[in-house]
Amino acid sequence: MEKILVCIKRVIDYNVKIRVKPDESGVVTEGVKMSINPFDEIALEEALRIKENGDAVEVVIVSIGPDDSQQQLRTGLAMGADRAILIKHDGEIEPLTVAKALSEIVEDENPGLIMMGKQAIDDDSSQTGQILAQLCDIPQATFASKVSIQEEKATVVREIDQGLETLEIDLPAIITTDLRLNEPRYVKLPDIMKAKKKVLDVIESGELKTDFSSSIEVINVTPPPPRESGVMVNDVEELVVALKEKGLLS
Amino acid sequence: MTKILVIAEHFDGEILSATSKTVNCASQISESIDILVLGDDSAVASQATTIDAVSNVLSISNEAFGYPVSSIMAPVVAEISSEYDYILLPSSTFGKDLAPRISAILDVNQVTDIMSVEEPRIFKRPIYAGNAIQTIKIAEGKKVLGTVRTASFKELGNSNSANLIETEMPSVNIPSHTRFIKIESEKTERPDLQVASIVISGGRGVGSAENFELLYQLADKLGASVGASRAAVDAGFVPNDMQVGQTGKIIAPDLYFAIGISGAIQHIAGIKDAGTIVAVNKDADAPIFEIADIGIVADLFEFIPQLTSKLD
Ligand SMILES: Cc1cc2nc3c(=O)[nH]c(=O)nc-3n(C[C@H](O)[C@H](O)[C@H](O)COP(=O)(O)OP(=O)(O)OC[C@H]3O[C@@H](n4cnc5c(N)ncnc54)[C@H](O)[C@@H]3O)c2cc1C
Ligand SMILES: Nc1ncnc2c1ncn2[C@@H]1O[C@H](COP(=O)(O)O)[C@@H](O)[C@H]1O
Repeated sequence: MEKILVCIKRVIDYNVKIRVKPDESGVVTEGVKMSINPFDEIALEEALRIKENGDAVEVVIVSIGPDDSQQQLRTGLAMGADRAILIKHDGEIEPLTVAKALSEIVEDENPGLIMMGKQAIDDDSSQTGQILAQLCDIPQATFASKVSIQEEKATVVREIDQGLETLEIDLPAIITTDLRLNEPRYVKLPDIMKAKKKVLDVIESGELKTDFSSSIEVINVTPPPPRESGVMVNDVEELVVALKEKGLLS
Repeated sequence: MTKILVIAEHFDGEILSATSKTVNCASQISESIDILVLGDDSAVASQATTIDAVSNVLSISNEAFGYPVSSIMAPVVAEISSEYDYILLPSSTFGKDLAPRISAILDVNQVTDIMSVEEPRIFKRPIYAGNAIQTIKIAEGKKVLGTVRTASFKELGNSNSANLIETEMPSVNIPSHTRFIKIESEKTERPDLQVASIVISGGRGVGSAENFELLYQLADKLGASVGASRAAVDAGFVPNDMQVGQTGKIIAPDLYFAIGISGAIQHIAGIKDAGTIVAVNKDADAPIFEIADIGIVADLFEFIPQLTSKLD
């Protein structure tokens, strides 16, 4: 195939302990480490391997988000992507809107394969890839843990609740990644320098046809209810007594 | 009256408990609940008629549904749903794969992982692996499409006899671009992770697939199911469908054992609704102890045999 499109979201790094804002309007992002959504890093790694294997010519990455998302796109370019596109938009965006905006990029770029994460670890929606697949009227293979490309089709192993499922899909298609698909490469310093010279196009969200309004209103964001603090026991004997007291063992 | 359509999840000829839990969520919104069963034999649909609170079970029996493929099911669901105000699916890999395609066809926003119904159009859902809870409102006049976080809802009773309505396959385009090849699913006699009242999970600390035998033996004594951390799955100790956590299964047993698991937030995300969490770890500083109800600092290789023999 000619081209693989990889969709990348800028999210709070998965190691950061989330804090909810006192006014309950969202979570604290100021001064917090931001990264590429871990699943998207895996998606990019897979795309790069497909290219390195000679099954694709170009890997293009795209992100929708604030101007700072350029940092994550630069990291993606340093990993080995050839070119990047940022659709600049501030504020929360629903997956349906993201997918519509991405479908405009798909129309322009006409990729043979689209790689995305199975979920963004901030909103945990797990929707965008599937919506985009339907909008483009192409097949999807979500939660992929193994991908092999054969000319006009792909064979994908999916991690589902019942075990491992294998699907065969015609290309172009959308594949969303699970964690065990691969381990993303580390970025080396010379690659970061090289990435600075690669093309990163910035488009304002207003330039697209997609309407960025939403029918979902966020009323508030609160911390989860705390669990009551627990007790420590010294041995199995004490544990069994404690469980019997709670009526959990007979 | 507000009409709700629940999309049934079934596997290997059995309606899964996730369907009943989704109906439970629906019952907190309206009394008019129908289930849609897409399958290739109507026996599954008759199981669905026993679920309490259900009015009608619509059954479309067609060989296209011999194995669930979202791109085939989505246009059918979208067509049937024109009569309904709400469409709900379980938030399993089945529901997560299918619901967004319906969202695209109907052009309605989807709510993932409904954990509570505050008002008919106001829901709570977890974000950031459950480290924050969002309360959201769907605009009036819009169809509501959502997936239900099954760990937040109990299974309903099975004393109903809802109407079984054999429904015609709507005339929609069935794509041929997606072909099911196979499924590898390990059969076990132990209860399902999502249904078991006791779950025993092992982590990297268990050390090998062979050592997991210790957990299986304990589980069999307790009638428990066995789960695992991502590290244990990655290391190949156990298959992927045993993973508990943000990206694995979200479960709500009465009793959960975390054995040789450090307690990463992504793992905790899967057990927030467990009744009692027991943590067994040889490191007294392991973060799992911060959320455990009962903690014990011990070497699992001594702890498990001791507990197992205590249960004789
Ligand atoms: C996007 C994302 C999603 C993720 N999703 C999930 C998920 O769904 N589920 C999940 O589990 N993880 C998930 N993870 C991984 C998670 O961050 C942790 O890496 C993982 O949970 C660690 O597994 P563990 O606790 O078994 O291993 P470790 O963190 O290595 O802990 C092993 C523990 O075993 C203890 N131990 C060792 N030997 C013994 C012994 N003999 N006796 C007693 N204790 C012993 C050690 O003290 C240690 O605490 C995710 C990560 C990311 C980035
Ligand atoms: N703003 C965005 N920009 C680019 N890609 C995105 C964006 N939001 C979501 N995605 C892609 O869609 C996947 C699933 O996201 P979600 O549906 O929000 O869980 C992510 O892993 C990304 O690959």
